[in-house]
Amino acid sequence: MAKTITEREPELKSVAVDAKGVYYRDLNSRVRELISEGYTEIVLDGVNGQRYIGDGLTDKVNIIINGVPGNDLGAFMDGPTITVNENAQDGVGNTMNSGKIVIRGHAGDVIGYAMRGGKIFVSGDVGYRIGIHMKSYKEQVPIIVAGGKAGDFFGEYMAGGVVVLLGLGEDDRPMVGRYAGTGMHGGTIYTRGEPGQHLLGQEVSVFSLEDDDKKLLEGILAEFFEDALVDGSGIDVNDFVKLRPSSLRPYGSKYVY
Amino acid sequence: MPGTMIPSEFVVNIDQERCRRCKRCVLNCGFGAFEFKDRTVADSSKCVACHRCVVFCPEEAITIASNPLAFRENPSWNVDLRKSIWRQAATPGMILTGMGTDLPWLNVFDHLLIDACQVTNPSIDPLREPMELRTYLGRKPDRLEVEPGGNNGFRLKNKVSNNIKLEIPIMFSGMSYGSVSLNVHRALAIAAERLGTVMNTGEGGLHRELYPYADHIIVQCASGRFGVHSEYLNAGVAVEIKIGQGAKPGIGGHLPGEKIGREVSSTRMIPAGTDALSPAPHHDIYSIEDLRQLIYALKEATGYKPISVKIATVHNVAAIASGVARAGADIIYLDGFRGGTGASPAVIRDHVGIPVEIALAVVDQQLRKEGIRNLVSIIAAGGIRSSADVAKAIALGADAVGIGTAALVAMGCRICQKCYTGNCSWGLATQKPELTGRLDPDWGAERLVNLVNSWSTELKEILGALGVNAVESLRGNRERLRSLGLDATTTEILDVMPAGR
Amino acid sequence: MTLEFGDLYRKWEVDGFKVPSACGLSGFISQDGHLTGGEVIIDSMKVIRDRGNGLGGGFAGYGIYPEHKEHYALHIMFEDEEGKSRCEEFLEDSLEVEFSEEMPTKPIPQIQDPPILWRYFGVPRREKLAADELGSDDFMVRLVMNINTTVPGTFVFSSGKNMGVFKAVGFAEDVGEFFKIPDYSAHTWIGHGRFPTNTPGWWGGAHPFNILDWAVVHNGEISSYGINKRYLEMFGYHCTLLTDTEVMAYLFDLLVRKQGLPLSIACKILAAPFWDDIDEEKDQQEKELLESLRITYGSALVNGPFAVIVGHSRGMVGLNDRIKLRPLVAACKDDLLYVSSEESAIREICPRPDRVWAPPAGQPVVGELKGAA
Repeated sequence: MAKTITEREPELKSVAVDAKGVYYRDLNSRVRELISEGYTEIVLDGVNGQRYIGDGLTDKVNIIINGVPGNDLGAFMDGPTITVNENAQDGVGNTMNSGKIVIRGHAGDVIGYAMRGGKIFVSGDVGYRIGIHMKSYKEQVPIIVAGGKAGDFFGEYMAGGVVVLLGLGEDDRPMVGRYAGTGMHGGTIYTRGEPGQHLLGQEVSVFSLEDDDKKLLEGILAEFFEDALVDGSGIDVNDFVKLRPSSLRPYGSKYVY
Repeated sequence: MPGTMIPSEFVVNIDQERCRRCKRCVLNCGFGAFEFKDRTVADSSKCVACHRCVVFCPEEAITIASNPLAFRENPSWNVDLRKSIWRQAATPGMILTGMGTDLPWLNVFDHLLIDACQVTNPSIDPLREPMELRTYLGRKPDRLEVEPGGNNGFRLKNKVSNNIKLEIPIMFSGMSYGSVSLNVHRALAIAAERLGTVMNTGEGGLHRELYPYADHIIVQCASGRFGVHSEYLNAGVAVEIKIGQGAKPGIGGHLPGEKIGREVSSTRMIPAGTDALSPAPHHDIYSIEDLRQLIYALKEATGYKPISVKIATVHNVAAIASGVARAGADIIYLDGFRGGTGASPAVIRDHVGIPVEIALAVVDQQLRKEGIRNLVSIIAAGGIRSSADVAKAIALGADAVGIGTAALVAMGCRICQKCYTGNCSWGLATQKPELTGRLDPDWGAERLVNLVNSWSTELKEILGALGVNAVESLRGNRERLRSLGLDATTTEILDVMPAGR
Repeated sequence: MTLEFGDLYRKWEVDGFKVPSACGLSGFISQDGHLTGGEVIIDSMKVIRDRGNGLGGGFAGYGIYPEHKEHYALHIMFEDEEGKSRCEEFLEDSLEVEFSEEMPTKPIPQIQDPPILWRYFGVPRREKLAADELGSDDFMVRLVMNINTTVPGTFVFSSGKNMGVFKAVGFAEDVGEFFKIPDYSAHTWIGHGRFPTNTPGWWGGAHPFNILDWAVVHNGEISSYGINKRYLEMFGYHCTLLTDTEVMAYLFDLLVRKQGLPLSIACKILAAPFWDDIDEEKDQQEKELLESLRITYGSALVNGPFAVIVGHSRGMVGLNDRIKLRPLVAACKDDLLYVSSEESAIREICPRPDRVWAPPAGQPVVGELKGAA
């Protein structure tokens, strides 16, 4: 059952599209057509592997995807809300500017690369190189939340924004892989529990939460639990720690002038 | 040099208005070029342009210039050739010199370019992602066998023989205690330990004080067998048989009696004041099977430590290397034509041997062709000047490189080529106590560590640009080199492609 | 640096450039040995069509020749009739050919200028084997290397038993239609769609790459190619410089078949753990094993981004490089194991898997055929 996530537009106009076997170009062009016809909610059924869905869209539209979308979902997106009722693949939210992407399942590698605004919520695990070079500017603060675990190079090069990792899941592997936060020079990562020191890049330091952090985290998590359909009853903000860069110029001493 | 009719090479100028008359120049110059009468006066004929005075003058009052004396230009009869004849006409004998050749022979490294990844393959950022430089030197088996067992399903059946672990593929080349001071050896040992690499004693033995650094020292057994006794042999991680040296292939060594003070004497185990002569061949190695015999004698005497054999790169170096590998060596140290030395006849240094780049290429190729490349690790040395040279040497097939001249330069050396005089103003290539005290071993070690760490960082940048994150993937990977401006035959011998292909 | 294919190049306008392998992969195995028609792997490849650019596609199927399962099945492409006669002479000399025929194909406009395609089923001549004192596998490897480097106008692109590689210039699904892949049934299928970045007219350059029953499909570029190739040459493998994937196939053959190392150990050589991880290993025996593997087999470390799927007669392996620069997803349902570049390629042919996961960097996903001979 599709749930409408965004605030209700004055007039909800919904349509369902059978995307099974439709080539991505045709599918995306149909989506753009429907938007120009005034539809505010578009349900895509039978999606499997179509790429670039939602790319470059700027309208406040709700797209619901039933199936596994292909790579680069919502890349360069600036406004829409996309909900995926399945796993997603690589490249979700690449250079996204605003909007929201909710994945009710796992997501692949390189999520939120160079994201500069908006939110990406993943209920399950995420892959390698999540949140690389996310950046924030003034009020635009991008946010990524993942309910499960992440692979190596989590938050690599981060320059701004907020990433939250809950680490839920039955297997016993650590919640982040190696080189987490390597190259971080801005932004904040919140993890539920402290990752082993040997997993962190040398540019990262671990801090405990201040009151501001807790308030921010509570707000983000509340929205996340509702959108991503994750049971947040056992989650306590006090279990989280904050990862921040140790320096704004982490590589100043590498060069001889 | 009085009475030889040879004009001075350099001219020392003292700005008398700035001169503070502190006499630091007088004290610092190891060559006696300064005197203070009523003011500071310089005898330019003694100046070797080592810059010690310039660096220590608090007023920057000293400049050293090339003597602007005009000579009629003649590309065939360059000025140095004319000067050499004047000297030999005045005093018969071989002209001695130090460091590596200064003739404008083609430098192959300067004609090789390195690849980088783009589009089809990502480069890797060494500041953020792991970049592995660790290197093991020694014999590697052709294959490993495993058997079921252990906690993860399998365990090793045959072991890998003794290997030396280096954290970086750069080591310090052998410079004998005698040709350099004890403080230089101390600095090298401290630096080797901090960097996780090794230094080499050179042929002058190992001073007692350095035995604690045993895990970071290769002890050398040269033709004169100076200081070679059982404890010495067991004091290092490996033993190196020095057959030859790049700067003077085919000839022996000569440390004049003046440089044999009490410490050198006790380390080398020869009487003070006598000349230390290293014969040209080892007199127990007249043929390859003799080498095999010595190698195994040393293995037996040391509990099978890795044995390195250092050879100068001469014309048939590939065949020699193959023989050396089959004779049981675990490491072959190739000392190239541009290698340095404390003393060598100039004519040998400048005209005998071949460059290490070419030797490396043909030795690696030959050993692979014979299917025996695994038997030995190859070290390339002889004019390694920068991290670019290191990368190129590794791409041509070297497991690691050795640096000698670069290490001395890091500690102040100006390559003035007067090492054989024992007057080194920087306190490096001398035994005079008033000079050797000028090198603080800790300061020297820090300079060496800074240099090698800088090169390691640069090497990682190069590897990252190449899209590899482990030095094993660059080693012998000639595909990542291109030649520029080399003749076709040399390019073919190096087995690299010309740029554009 | 000699190009050993002379005539073949001129006909198909290939320069001596090494062609990097950018692409899409998919594969699956029924570990209980159930056979599946080839349309399934084609359907999977269709979903990831855009990972390729139509300049190469191919498949490998295992268990497809049950009536000839004791014979080596050679798939050979010929430039022209002369090439074919030359090659057949060569084969006559070494092989007892039980049966041979033109490979069944369906002409379609998307596949242009096909070479002559034949298949031969045979075993090494007993007297030749005895004279050379080689095992039949080594004999066949040498035979294939010889044909590919010395007989002009021919290329052997498959040489295993009861398995076959089918490949051409074209999108994977078109190649599948051309070779009538749906007519074959296999317990293991792997497929590949290619995105080469320079001249590609040569069918031999498509994947899978094969030697004996090893079939490799590869996504990525091997930056350590130059040293991997030199290392293999010491053991008698000839690399052609045209596709870096071949070093993968030969490395598996060398380490697993010739040196008898278990597959999981071979994977630890190719995607070696980092020294930092080895240093931290608490189990001393395991630490010594990992250290020794890396010291001994440093020249076999495969560097550069890669995801590969390797098929062989006893199973299938999926492996990616040690910092996971290429995607690889795995899934399982009952006895079926799936590996692919994208989850959607798996979900197309297995809509409701029991489990889907992303294998961590350098950790192989291994499927094994249970109880097969």
